[in-house]
Amino acid sequence: MHEYLLTMRGIEKRFPGVLALNGVDFTLRSGEIHALMGENGAGKSTLIKVLTGVYQMDGGEIRLEGTPMVIRSPQDAQNKGISTVYQEITLCPNLTVAENIYIGRGKHPWVRQRDLEKRADEILSRLGIPARSTQLLGSCSLAVQQMVAIARAVDMNCKVLILDEPTSSLDDKEVKRLFDLMRDLKSKDVGIIFVTHFLDQVYEVSDRITVLRNGELVGEYLTEELPQIQLVSKMIGKELEELSNLGETEEKEIGKKEVFYEAKGLASSDALPFDFSIRKGEVNGFTGLLGSGRSESVRAIFGADKVTGGAVKIGGKPVKILRPVDAMKHGIGYLAEDRKRDGIIAELSVRENIILALQVMNGMFKPISRNESEAFADEYIKVLNIKTASRETPVGSLSGGNQQKVILARWLLTHPDYLILDEPTRGIDVGTKLEIQKLVLKLAEEGVSVTFISSEVEEMLRTCSRLIVMRDRHVVGELTGKDLNQTQVMKTIAGGEA
Amino acid sequence: MKTLFLKRKEPLNDTQLLMTITIAIFFIMYILAIFLLGGGFLHPQQIFDMLNDNASLIIVACGLSVVMIGGGIDISVGAVTSLVVMSCVLYLNKGGNIFVSLLIALGIGLAFGLVQGFLVSYLEIQPFIVTLAGMFFARGMTTILSVNPQKVSHEAFNDIREKRIVISWLGYTANNGARVPARIELGVVIAVVCVILVWILLKFLRLGRNIYAIGGNQQSALMLGINVKRTRFLSYIVSGLLSGIAGYVFMMHTGAGNATNAAGMEMNAIAAAIIGGTLLTGGVGNVIGTFFGTLSLTTIKKIVVSSGLNAPWWQSITTGGMLCFFILLQSVVLGRRSKKKQT
Repeated sequence: MHEYLLTMRGIEKRFPGVLALNGVDFTLRSGEIHALMGENGAGKSTLIKVLTGVYQMDGGEIRLEGTPMVIRSPQDAQNKGISTVYQEITLCPNLTVAENIYIGRGKHPWVRQRDLEKRADEILSRLGIPARSTQLLGSCSLAVQQMVAIARAVDMNCKVLILDEPTSSLDDKEVKRLFDLMRDLKSKDVGIIFVTHFLDQVYEVSDRITVLRNGELVGEYLTEELPQIQLVSKMIGKELEELSNLGETEEKEIGKKEVFYEAKGLASSDALPFDFSIRKGEVNGFTGLLGSGRSESVRAIFGADKVTGGAVKIGGKPVKILRPVDAMKHGIGYLAEDRKRDGIIAELSVRENIILALQVMNGMFKPISRNESEAFADEYIKVLNIKTASRETPVGSLSGGNQQKVILARWLLTHPDYLILDEPTRGIDVGTKLEIQKLVLKLAEEGVSVTFISSEVEEMLRTCSRLIVMRDRHVVGELTGKDLNQTQVMKTIAGGEA
Repeated sequence: MKTLFLKRKEPLNDTQLLMTITIAIFFIMYILAIFLLGGGFLHPQQIFDMLNDNASLIIVACGLSVVMIGGGIDISVGAVTSLVVMSCVLYLNKGGNIFVSLLIALGIGLAFGLVQGFLVSYLEIQPFIVTLAGMFFARGMTTILSVNPQKVSHEAFNDIREKRIVISWLGYTANNGARVPARIELGVVIAVVCVILVWILLKFLRLGRNIYAIGGNQQSALMLGINVKRTRFLSYIVSGLLSGIAGYVFMMHTGAGNATNAAGMEMNAIAAAIIGGTLLTGGVGNVIGTFFGTLSLTTIKKIVVSSGLNAPWWQSITTGGMLCFFILLQSVVLGRRSKKKQT
C-alpha cells in the first residue's frame, strides 16, 4: 500500500484577475481525519472543488494511491472514490431518501425501487439516521438531509470523503453522532478531509491540520502539536495581538446623549410587541438563541416585515415606518441576516451593489453618474479593504467576508444615522470579523447608532454597551455596565436569573 | 417493531397529491355532468368519443410532461404534429408504403427532438426560445408542403384507419331499437400504450428518475453525478418522438392533412399537463395525471357545448378559467403543505 492515499502537488487555479490557488500541496493518508483550515477566501473551497472535479486545475498534479489522475467532473470523482458532502445540501428534495442515496450511480437502466429502499434502510439504521428510505427528502430536517448525504458517500465505499462545513446546520447531539460516524469510517481506512470554521471541532476529531492563507499553503501540522492560539495566528497572519486586546481598549460609557430612535409596543407579523430605544452613538445588541425573535425584532424596526402596531419616534418626532424605504428615508440602514437571500445581487458588479441603496434613496429619476459611482466604489473598496479583482467584478465571485463588506459599504454610502447589523460576521473569517467589529466601534464614535446581532456572545460583549436579551420571542432582560459578562448573559438567556 | 415502523405508509408526495386532486375533480365533474345534462354523458361512448378525439393530444401532453418534469418546456409539439400529418399524407398519396410512412412520422419527431434537445442541453439556450423557433419552422414547413388541405387517398391506409375496436356490450340501444356498439379508434390504443410506456419510463427507469432529479434541482443533480445535459437531451427526444407518434394518430383520426392542423395543440397540452399536476418549475408531475388532465379539459369543453354555448370562444374561456382554478388550487394546497412542514 502506498504511503499517501491522496497527494496534490503544486495545485494552481486562476480565476479572472485572481490567483485562487498558488502552488498548494496537500496530502492525505488513509485512515486519518485531516482538517483543512483557512479564512474565507484562503482557497479551501477552491481546492476542494478542484479535487471533486467541479473546477479544472490550471497546474499541478493529483495522485490517488500513487497513480496520477485527471478529475473531469463530479461524477468522475465519485467513480474514482472521492465523495463530497457539501455545506449546502446538494440533494434533490423532490425525490425519496433512498433515491437520493442511489441516484446517479451504476449503469443499470432499471431502478429496482424495493431493493434500493431495503439497502437504504439498512444503511440508515446502521448509521443511526432518523429517516425512512421511502420518505421524501424535502420532508426531512436539514440535519437529516445532511446525514443522508453522508450516508450516500459512505454507501459508495469511497476512499476519500470530503466534508465541507458539514456541521454548520447541526445541533450538538447531531454533531456528536457525525463525529462518531467519522471515527468509524476512519477505522475503516477512509481518508477524511474535514473543512470547518469551528476550532473546537477540529481539535475534537482531527489528526492533522493543513492551513491555507490567501491561496497559498501555510503548512501541515499534527493536531496535537499545534496549540489553538497558534492555529488562529497561522490562519489570519499577524493580527493575533490585536485580536486579544480589542475589547480592553474599548470604553463603553455612552453618557447622556440624546435618544435617536424610540419604539413603544412595536409589533410586526413575526415579532411580538416590544419596547426599544437607542441613543446617538450607542452600540447595543439583541441576543438570544436562534429563533428567539432577535432578527424578527430588528426587522420590525426596519419595516422589513409587515408592521402591525406600535408608536415610533425618531429624534423625538413620531414617524411611521411601514416599509424599508420609509426606514431608509429616516436614516436607518439594515444589513440582512441572510446575505445570499436578502442582501447581495450576485450577478451585479461590486460597484453596482455598493451604490444600490443610495440609488434607491435618491429615487429612480436621479441616477448616480458613472464617474460618481466609480469614485464611491473605489473609495469603499479601499476603506473596507474589500478583496476583489476590480470594481466591476460580479459580487457572486467574491468570498463570503468580502460580500459582507460590499453590503456594509452599500449602507455606509447612504450615511445612515442608525445602522442595524444582523449577523454581519456569520460565516466569515476571524480577520474580517475583527475588521467589522472595529468598524462598528468607529462608526459609533462618529455618532452613528448601531444595533448589532451575533450568535457569538463574546463578540457582542466586545462591541455593545447594552444587550437586550430575548427568549421565546419575548424580551427577558436588558444588561448594561457590570452585568455585561458572559455568565450573566447566559443566565438571562437560560432564564435562570436569581 | 422496527420493521413495522419502516414499512409505514408514506404520506402522499406532491406529485401524487396533485394527481389525486385531478382525478377526483375529473370524476366529480363527470358525475355533475351526468346529473345536470344527463343523456349523452351516461353512455360509455361519450368517454370513448372523448378519447377518440383527443388521442393525439394525450400523446403530445405525455411528451410535454416529460420535458416539463425535467424543468424545460417544449412549445413546438403542436407544429411538429402538424408537419408529421402533412408529410405522411403527401407521402401516402404518392403511393407510399404504410410502414415507411410510420418511419417518416417517427423520423420527423426524432429530428426535432435531436436538434432542439441539442440546442437546449448542450448549447444551453433557453428552451422557450429554441422550441418557439422549432414551432415556427415546423409550421412554415407544413405550409410549404401544401397550402391546400390534402385528403388521404391511400386505400390500405384508409382500411386500417377506419378499423374500430367494437365492444357491443358497452353500447346502447338507439331510439329506433337498433343496437349501437361502442367504438374505439386504434389511435386510442396507441395513446394508452404511450401513457403506460412513459409512466414506466418515469417511474422505473434510471432515465426517468434522473429527469425528476434535474427538474428538482439541477445543481444538486450534477453534484450527485447525474449527466444533466444528456438527461435533458433525452427528455427532448422523448417529447419529439411522441409528437411524431401523435401526428400519425392525428392523421388516422382525421384522414387529412391541413396547414392549420393541431393549431394551438401545444397550449392545450401545456394546460393538460398543468391541470394534471405537472409543475412548470419542474420536478413534480406524472403522466397519469396528465392523462386525466386531458380528460378533464375535454369534459369541461363538452359540458360547455352540451349546455348550449356552442360558440368556440366559450370553450377557450372555460379552458382559461379551469387552468386558473387548478393553478390556484395547486398553489394553495402546496403552500399549506409547506407551511405545515415548517411548524
